[in-house]
Amino acid sequence: MTQTVGAEAVIARCRAENRAALVAYLPVGFPDLKTSVRAMEILVEAGADIIEVGVPYSDPLMDGPVIQRAVALALERGSRVADVFTATEAVRAAGAPPLVMLYWNLVLRAGVDRFADRLVASGGGGLITPDLIPDEAAEWIAASDRTGLDRVFLVAPSSTTERLQRVTRACRGFVYAASTMGVTGARSSVGSAARDLVERTRAVTDLPVCVGLGVSTGEQAAEVGSFADGVIVGSALVAALTDREPEEGLAALRTLTEELAQGVRTGR
Amino acid sequence: MTDGRFGAFGGRYVPEALIPALEQLDEARSKAMLDPGFLGELDRLHRTYTGRPSIVTEVPRFAEHCGGARVVLKREDLNHTGSHKINNVLAQALLTQRMGKSRVIAETGAGQHGVATATAAALLGLDCRVYMGRVDTERQALNVARMRMLGAEVVPVSTGSATLKDAINEALRDWVTNVGTTHYLLGTVTGPHPFPEMVRDFHRIIGVEARGQILDLAGRLPDAVIACVGGGSNAMGIFHRFIDDEGVRLVGVEAGGEGIASGRHAARFASSSPGVLHGTFSYLMQDDDGQTIESHSISAGLDYPSVGPEHSYLRDSGRAEYRYATDEQAMRAFELLCRTEGIIPAIESAHALAGAMEVGSELGPESLLLVNLSGRGDKDVHTAARWFGLLDDAAADGGGDA
Ligand SMILES: Cc1ncc(COP(=O)(O)O)c(C=O)c1O
Repeated sequence: MTQTVGAEAVIARCRAENRAALVAYLPVGFPDLKTSVRAMEILVEAGADIIEVGVPYSDPLMDGPVIQRAVALALERGSRVADVFTATEAVRAAGAPPLVMLYWNLVLRAGVDRFADRLVASGGGGLITPDLIPDEAAEWIAASDRTGLDRVFLVAPSSTTERLQRVTRACRGFVYAASTMGVTGARSSVGSAARDLVERTRAVTDLPVCVGLGVSTGEQAAEVGSFADGVIVGSALVAALTDREPEEGLAALRTLTEELAQGVRTGR
Repeated sequence: MTDGRFGAFGGRYVPEALIPALEQLDEARSKAMLDPGFLGELDRLHRTYTGRPSIVTEVPRFAEHCGGARVVLKREDLNHTGSHKINNVLAQALLTQRMGKSRVIAETGAGQHGVATATAAALLGLDCRVYMGRVDTERQALNVARMRMLGAEVVPVSTGSATLKDAINEALRDWVTNVGTTHYLLGTVTGPHPFPEMVRDFHRIIGVEARGQILDLAGRLPDAVIACVGGGSNAMGIFHRFIDDEGVRLVGVEAGGEGIASGRHAARFASSSPGVLHGTFSYLMQDDDGQTIESHSISAGLDYPSVGPEHSYLRDSGRAEYRYATDEQAMRAFELLCRTEGIIPAIESAHALAGAMEVGSELGPESLLLVNLSGRGDKDVHTAARWFGLLDDAAADGGGDA
């Protein structure tokens, strides 16, 4: 295994450049495995700092319509969980840390230790777990301590100070702050709840705080990047690949990613 | 590990955003269960609105098809709105008010939980939205109309298998977005803690009443208590008071659909292994990757790929036993109860009746069976009429219950 750079080091490097990191999400297998892997490489080429590699799941209850449709299509076309390791290898080779975002049953089914080992072997940097809270994560905390993988849990505007403490203590890499109450999907404005949540989170941890849910334009990326350590974009990138021929989708994806990368570079 | 485990099962596998609401709910229901004001109001509604206690009915002509066992039905079908679901709904609706929330959302499969929720919302002046899989809105069209008549908004869900599991996904998405004003009035003993425990406690009255009633009627405890198991709320409700009665067998009946070999069924315990769905760790129909497998049953209320975590615990600990009835067996029991006793059961409940026919044959004529008749069959008349070919062609093509 080659020496891998973790998410926290990448965010520190961005901070040294006085900017937020761009964290870009795409699901494996959409519109097909090959195109999805190529799409993730394009994210890196176009300026994304960290790639969030999504794994399609039959019951994505934290996701809005854009991602729901994409992962349903991927599953229909035979996407398998193990395909994620193809993607993490490619992203790592392209020069960015891949963090895998997935619903917990997929890890449980594979076996937590086994999944962690395969992830390490394929260049993966860690897991983002939208439906796992630290209180239920003993097995994953042990496996990530053993392997050194990052573990990113979420905080939300509804989180109390006590919950913020508990969740951030369990995180490694960064903390994922959900900007609004709700599911994934583009929103016309990101709102003041995000800024408030970042402040409250910073008060209890030294870890970087990245903001997700709702960012879709360079302008929003600049705005969120002005106060957060990282800007997470998902649905807007998926939408760029949706209902387009693969080559056309990849071109649209590159353009949007460049705009977002420009955004995080002009926010401060 | 959080509270709310039944052995290894249960827990809270949900987005962090929902944790404060679950903690608020847990606190509210814990306080309420000790509060004479809450308990008094709930008791008043049970007596003057639902029609509790529900009666028990001995069914000797039906029992002739159960190996001659004595069979006693607990008549939850006679409750206002037509099933056991109202017990839990009224209690959670009162809790909603106590938590200062003005809106309830619910999922529904057969429509019974949705109808009960729409009813309680009308009674207590709450806004109400019900999510229902599109497939279920079609096979239970009568209940869709009932909910709308009661002032609820019914949202058909077309994603995934377009049945109960997908309705729950959509309800959870709504909840995470509107949790400040909204209570998710979950309709069965699954979901994140405290739902499985709380919903069980709100249905426990079924078994408490039935235990007293059967002692009065027969002078002894039953040999077996039998209930159908979708998510498992009517079964937990009637089982719970009997758990310490060691001589009483607890028998849950799942939906065998077109048979286990066909893969088209909802017999979780006959086929699956534990996993996480909808916030809880329990037996789950899933593929090698952990993707949920779609369930199938003629009965919308039993058509769910997972099961309440306490049932998983009762099953693995050996305290309860689970079997299944196929669509065929359930419909045969349905017809028998209609013809021998003049009672049209819900198709869900007909699965429990099919179970009783088997258990009675095994235990023989000296045995005494208590069967939870969880609901009435009005909503199923169209499905049953089609099954038995009772409609002329035009009506059969028309679709929708009436
Ligand atoms: C009459 C009736 N019985 C049983 C069920 C199954 O639910 P549970 O297993 O939670 O009792 C339903 C669900 O809709 C129902 O309507």
